[in-house]
Amino acid sequence: MTRIGEFLFRRRGHGGRWHWTDIATWTWLILGTVLMFGPALWLVGSSFKGPAQLAEFPPTILPYVQEVTEVEGYDKPLPLYTATLEDGTTRTLAEIRRIGTNSQMVDPANPGEKINVNIANRSPLREIGLATGNYVEPLVANNFVLFLWNSVFVTTMATLITLLTNSMAAFALSKYRFRGRDAVMLLIVATLMVPLSVILVPLYSVVNATGLLNSLWGVILPTVATPTGVFLLRQYMLTIPDELLEAARMDHASEWQIYWRIVLPLAAPALAVLAIFSVVWRWNDFLWPLIVLSKRELYTLQVGLNTYAGELNVQWHYILAMTVVTMIPVVIVFVFLQRFITTGIAGAGIK
Amino acid sequence: MAGLGQTLGRAATWPLTLAARAVDPPLRAWQRRTGTGGMAAVFLAPNLLIFSVFVLVPLVLNFAYSMTGGTGILLGQRPFVGAEQYARLLECQDYTRPITCREDQFWTAVGNTAQFVIFQVSLMVVVSLITALILNRDIRGRSFFRAVFFFPVLLSPVVVGLIWRWILQRQGLLNLIMVKLGLEPEVWLNDRVYAFAATIGVSTWAHMGFYTLILLAGLQAIPRDLYEAAEMDATPPGRVFWRITLPLLGPNLAVVLVLALIRGVQIFDEAYVLTGGGPGTSTLYLTQYIYESGFASLLREPGLAAAASILMGAVLVVLTLIQLWLSRRAEGRKAR
Repeated sequence: MTRIGEFLFRRRGHGGRWHWTDIATWTWLILGTVLMFGPALWLVGSSFKGPAQLAEFPPTILPYVQEVTEVEGYDKPLPLYTATLEDGTTRTLAEIRRIGTNSQMVDPANPGEKINVNIANRSPLREIGLATGNYVEPLVANNFVLFLWNSVFVTTMATLITLLTNSMAAFALSKYRFRGRDAVMLLIVATLMVPLSVILVPLYSVVNATGLLNSLWGVILPTVATPTGVFLLRQYMLTIPDELLEAARMDHASEWQIYWRIVLPLAAPALAVLAIFSVVWRWNDFLWPLIVLSKRELYTLQVGLNTYAGELNVQWHYILAMTVVTMIPVVIVFVFLQRFITTGIAGAGIK
Repeated sequence: MAGLGQTLGRAATWPLTLAARAVDPPLRAWQRRTGTGGMAAVFLAPNLLIFSVFVLVPLVLNFAYSMTGGTGILLGQRPFVGAEQYARLLECQDYTRPITCREDQFWTAVGNTAQFVIFQVSLMVVVSLITALILNRDIRGRSFFRAVFFFPVLLSPVVVGLIWRWILQRQGLLNLIMVKLGLEPEVWLNDRVYAFAATIGVSTWAHMGFYTLILLAGLQAIPRDLYEAAEMDATPPGRVFWRITLPLLGPNLAVVLVLALIRGVQIFDEAYVLTGGGPGTSTLYLTQYIYESGFASLLREPGLAAAASILMGAVLVVLTLIQLWLSRRAEGRKAR
C-alpha cells in the first residue's frame, strides 16, 4: 500500500519533500473527483433500488432487494421477514398478507401453520440485489422505448445533415473565390450571437408555417445549419493544399467528386470532432424539443424525462433509471472520445 | 483485422457512396453550364437555405412579433400595437421593487437573472481558474484529472437537474451527510435562498470544466522561460502569479468572463428542471419567463415574449461583440 501511495504521490523532479501547495493540489483534485463523479454515481446506485428502499431515510449506499421464497400452497413467491414472536424467539417467516398493523405469516418449512405478527415486530430480510424492474417497466409500459427511439433518430439525422451541409458550405467558403464570400462569412459569424432562446417565438411560427410542428423534423432542421460547424470545417479545409484540387481537375474530376473524394476524406479529423459535438448537442437538446413536440409519442428522452419528473407524484425509481439510460451515450463519448472534444475546445473554443 | 474493419466501414457508408455517385451526373451538367466557379453556389445552397429559413427569417420576424398584440400565433391575425409591448415590459414605478412594475414577473426575472449572473460568473471564474492552475502543475495523471472536471460538461441539462434534485431532496444524499455531521436536515429546494444558491452551484458544477479547459490552454501558452527566469531570480511564487501568470492569462480570462456572462444570462434548462422557477418566483430566470409567457402559460402572449427576447438579445449582442473584440486581441497578442 505504502508503495502504491509513494508511486501516486511522488513528485517529479523535486525530490521527496512535500510543500503545502502539493497538499492543497491533491486535496482539490481528490475533492473535485468526488464532487464531479459522486453525484452521477449516487444516481446510478439509486436507480437500482426499489421504491420502498428509495423512500427510506437514512438511505443505504448499496441497493438491496427483499428476499422471496416459494412456499407450498401459494402461487406467488412470498417475501421473507425476520419476525420477533410473542414468546421472544426470532424466526424467518414468509408474509402471506397484511391486514392493518397485523401481518399474517407462515413458516416456509411448515406451510400449514399461520402466525400473526404485528408489523412493528418484523423487518424485511434483504440481500444485495438490483431492482432491474426500474429499467424494464418504464421502457415497456411508459413509452420510454419510443422516447429513446425518437432521441436516437433526431441525433442521427441531425448529425448526418449537419456534417453534409456544413462541410459543403465550408468547402465553398474555403476553396472558391466568389463575390459575397466575405459577406456570407460575416453573416455566419454574426449569427453566433443569436442563440435559440432569443428567436423562440418567430421560429415556432416558421416551423408552424412549414408544417413541421409536432414532427421530429421540426426538431432536427432548425439545429443543423450550425455556424460553429461551418467555421470549424472551413478553418480545417483552408489547410488542404489547393494543388491537390488542381491536379484532380486536370484529371477531369467534377467539382462534386473533388468535394466528395478528396476534400471530405482529408477533412476527416475535423468532421469527427464536429460529429462528436453534434451528437452530444442534439442528444442533450431540451428547450426546442419541449416547444415543438406536444404529442407524447414524439417526445425525446429529455422532454419525456422532464415531463415524468414534473408530475405531482414523481415515480423516482423510474425517473432515476431512465436518467441513467439518458446518460449512457454521453458517458460512452466521455470514456472513448473525450480527448477529441477537449482538444477541440482548447483549439477552437467551441462548445 | 484492419481489412475487416475497412470492409465494415465501406459497407456502412455504401448507401452514402451510392447517393454521392447518383448526384454526380446532374451536378456535372450544371457545372458545364455555370463553370467551376458557379458550383460554389451549389455547395453553399443547402446550408444557406436552412440557415435563412430557421435563423434569418425568424430573426426579422421577431421584431414584427414584438410590435403586435393578441394571443394568435399567425402574424396575419395579430393586430399592430407599435411599441406597446416594450412599454408594458419597461413601465415601472420603482425598478428596485418588481411588484410596482406593470409586468412584475418580467422584472422579477430580470432581477433574479442579474443576481444569478453576478454570483455564478464570479464563482465560475474563481473555481475554474484555481482548477486550471492546479492542472497546469507538474502532477501525475494530469490528463485523467482534466477529463474528470470535464465529465459534467457533457451531461444534458435535464440529467444535471435531475441528479441534483435527487441529491437535494428530503431523503437525499445531502441530508444524509447533514445528519451524519450532526446537523439538521433541510428541504433544500423549498427554501428561497437555498434554491437560488442551488441553481448557481449546480450550473457552475455543470460548466466549470469547459472554462477550465480554455484557461488551461492559456496557461500552457505562457512561455516556460519566463518562469525559469523568475526562478533564477528567486521571485516569490505569489509575485510570479501576479506579475507573470495573471497578466499573460488576461486575454483568456476575459474571454472566459464574457462567455460565462453570455451563457449565464440565458440560464434555463438545468435551473428549470431543478427548481421549476420556484419556490414562488425565487429562481425564475429570463429565458423561463420568455418560454412561459410565449408558450407555457394559459394566456399565451407571443408578442410580449418576442419583445422580452429582443431585450435579452440586445444584451447578448453587446456581450458577444465584446467577446469577439477580446478574442481578436488575444489572437493578435499570440501572433506577436
